[in-house]
Amino acid sequence: MTVEFTLNGAPQRLEVPPHWTLLRMLRDAAGRTDAKHGCGEGVCGACAVLVDGVAMNSCSVLAPQVEGASVETVAGLADGDELHPLQAEMVGRGAVQCGFCTPGMVLSALEAVRVGAAGSEEEIRHSLAGNLCRCTGYGKIIAAVAAYRDGGGAGEVATEQGAAGHRDSDGGEGAAPAPGVGIGP
Amino acid sequence: MSGVGTKAGGRVVGSELDRHDAIEKVQGRTSYAADHALPRMLHAMLKRSDYAHARIERVEVAAAEAIDGVIRVFTASDVPQNTVWVDVPGQTLEVGALKARSNVLADEVVRYHGEPIALVAAESEDAALAAIDAIVVEYEPLPVVDDPEHALDDDAPQLHESGNLLAHWELEEGDAEAGLAQAAAVVEDEYRTQFIDHAYLEPEAGVAWRDTDGVITIRAATQVVEHFRDVARILDLPDNKVRLITPYVGGGFGGKEDMTVEPYLGIVVALTGRPVRMVWSRQESLTARQNRHAVRMRYRTGADADGRLVAMDVDILSDGGAYALLSALVLLYSTTCAAGPYRCPNVKIRARTVYTNHTPCSAMRGFGGMQVALGYEGQMDRLARELGIDPLEIRRRNFVKRGDTLPIGQELETVVELPALVDALSERADRPEPSGPRRAVGRGYACNLQPYGRCIWLNDWSSAWIGFELDGTLTIRIAVPDIGGGQASSLIQIASEILGVAPERVSIHIGDSALNPLTGTTTATRQLYMSGNAVLKAAQELRESLAGVAAGLLEVDAERVEFGPDGVSESDGGRTIPFTELLAAAASVNAPWHVLATHRAPKGVPWQADESWRGRVFPDFTYGCHAVDVEVDLDTGQVQVLRYVAGHDVGKAINPQSVEGQIEGAVAMGLGYALSERVVFEEGQNLTTTFAQYLIPTAVEMPAIESVVLESGEGMGPFNARGIGEPPIGPPAPAVAAAIHDACGITLTQLPFTPERVVTAISAGEDADAG
Repeated sequence: MTVEFTLNGAPQRLEVPPHWTLLRMLRDAAGRTDAKHGCGEGVCGACAVLVDGVAMNSCSVLAPQVEGASVETVAGLADGDELHPLQAEMVGRGAVQCGFCTPGMVLSALEAVRVGAAGSEEEIRHSLAGNLCRCTGYGKIIAAVAAYRDGGGAGEVATEQGAAGHRDSDGGEGAAPAPGVGIGP
Repeated sequence: MSGVGTKAGGRVVGSELDRHDAIEKVQGRTSYAADHALPRMLHAMLKRSDYAHARIERVEVAAAEAIDGVIRVFTASDVPQNTVWVDVPGQTLEVGALKARSNVLADEVVRYHGEPIALVAAESEDAALAAIDAIVVEYEPLPVVDDPEHALDDDAPQLHESGNLLAHWELEEGDAEAGLAQAAAVVEDEYRTQFIDHAYLEPEAGVAWRDTDGVITIRAATQVVEHFRDVARILDLPDNKVRLITPYVGGGFGGKEDMTVEPYLGIVVALTGRPVRMVWSRQESLTARQNRHAVRMRYRTGADADGRLVAMDVDILSDGGAYALLSALVLLYSTTCAAGPYRCPNVKIRARTVYTNHTPCSAMRGFGGMQVALGYEGQMDRLARELGIDPLEIRRRNFVKRGDTLPIGQELETVVELPALVDALSERADRPEPSGPRRAVGRGYACNLQPYGRCIWLNDWSSAWIGFELDGTLTIRIAVPDIGGGQASSLIQIASEILGVAPERVSIHIGDSALNPLTGTTTATRQLYMSGNAVLKAAQELRESLAGVAAGLLEVDAERVEFGPDGVSESDGGRTIPFTELLAAAASVNAPWHVLATHRAPKGVPWQADESWRGRVFPDFTYGCHAVDVEVDLDTGQVQVLRYVAGHDVGKAINPQSVEGQIEGAVAMGLGYALSERVVFEEGQNLTTTFAQYLIPTAVEMPAIESVVLESGEGMGPFNARGIGEPPIGPPAPAVAAAIHDACGITLTQLPFTPERVVTAISAGEDADAG
């Protein structure tokens, strides 16, 4: 069957069997490998993409379900070689190790900040509960998301979406764990 | 911020350099093993055993091969050399006693649930999947050996011709029985750890093709590109007709140390001539991939009235699963580390690992050195209570120091900074208040030691090539697999530090067994230590060559030549000669502008299968001390980790952010091991085959983890760094056990500390109190 949707702003018209998932359509029909297949059962979040702005595990969405929708993947965030501010925070704060969870993690975090679900460290943690990471222990990811939020990520997009004021009053606190303390021998 | 650069000025080594690979990964640009594709590529899948132990009566593949799109189904008889001989992977030749065998495809008997039986090659994944379903395997079930205690019984079914004892280590230093008899206090307990899955986010995957000159080229997620030799043996080809490439790997933790997809990809290419891709599902990975050994430990530990250890008797029994793989080596680490970072004059250790019908166990972060931490640290806490000594104080009184000898006979050559780490952690904040009634908070500490680098009798080495390009950029060639820890980016930092070239002008080509110098495995916390030293050596030799040329151009002594981002200059400032000009001058006098260098680890005498053997086993160790605050819900048994501080002496932090990343990640993995993770078998059937059943920590369960990074300036790596990849995984479980005891007085010795176990122990204690 034919599925028409936009992928990172570009119109797509793809022929896929109706039982294919969105993840499989992206990888095998559209040739985009930035959404990762981590578990195939909707638990790990490595395949998360934004469908009309909502983070979804693309392994658990059937391809025909995105007919007419706008799908965003992590490859669509940067402006040429200029990283999206959230991506820059992820790199700068050491939130990327093996990188396999990163595409889904970035998109889930982006959605959380956009909808005001990243006000406190605890909120960020809950917003990312569906994205497993085995490398980092999550602390540096949380710190990156908090820094992006505090750097105007929330305000910018909240204005766009008319959602200003969703942030918790205690959300100004840096969620980062304290940096390593060097002590002398 | 975007692009690679150093932060806040300063030199490159020791700075929080943005990792070049992170910039690619965060944009989804990195091509992982499963992301690669080739024209006319086939798809390969494995038919796996439904039984944990059975004789294969018949494998019927005709119906599967008749399916449209199925090219061929291979069984054991199709594999040129069906036996996999596991040496210790990497740079070495045979190591005799540790050789272990398994089958590429099961022959007459399957010995674990999920063991590969047949290999399908098809035009599409759907056709391959249909073929898997259409293969008929008739089994005659055999009795399952699933209890390591009974595996050694006389009447236990024997899983291999050699019997069920896979390997054993025994040593006695001093007289443990006499020491225990004279001790002021003796504590005794049994500790049990569980099977653990690596659970990296990237499932096992690869693509292979026949390249120029018939070289079978495999691009797969692995920690060991030297497996090209193992594939060659399976295919009956010369070693130099197989090439293994590893792209950036989506997590390894030891689970991609043994081969995964490599032999199967090789077979399909060799026998069909077509390119092929194989990607394991998460279910396959969780069912059939190697686990961490489950271990039963019995400790008897004696101390004098001041808390100084006088004797220790340790009995270790580990479940090696169905095939040997690296079990003997894992057990060696357990034996070496069994007494912990403590001095003890009389030590007896008996360590055994046995075959069962469980998924084979093999390498995982901590590699036998971490399980025993639950035992030796649990014993220290018991002794502290028995003698009324503070738990940190009793540890202080017993820490090893430079010049001491471990029970296995290794003298410690570098400084042991455990006292400083204890100082740093004991000055931490007040403990938090319970969040409500029927809740209790507690604090626990644990220390450990973990080797870095391979056993010295493996004569380990690493090679690296560094060369300038004509435009003044720098290229590093080194076959290092980067499994996420920043293995490649740290090497860029080292080269940049020595040669002045800015990190963003250094390009590194990694993970290719044919085109890059071999550098050994990304295992054993050895890659920064070994590859880092190789790159350092190559960079220094290259600098020496070019400094001579620069000295002529600048008309100064060579030692006064400074290498900077723009080129070479006199150390007191003045004229800078750009690298392009320097290289032209070097070429004109035939001065080398590229260098191949090899770093060799200390050599040692091989282990002899002899109880009296003593000696140096590892290059060196990394030490740590961790502290944790937990809150226990006394009604549900739920344990919440409130705060975690992990201190390690890393010698020198090449990239402090990467060091913290290793520490925080290992602590999280250690907390999963402590509280939630377990591979569950029922009569050999794996019951935890999805991420909904096998529970790794999410962001919600994890506390803020603070790293305390101590730089003693002593270590055997480049710039005196110590390895840090594995060491931080040891302390979390014993630290949590101590914190739970501190909170509510229960002693837990069996991992994981699930709510059921915690609440059962609390109830037992409360019942006893009520009675």
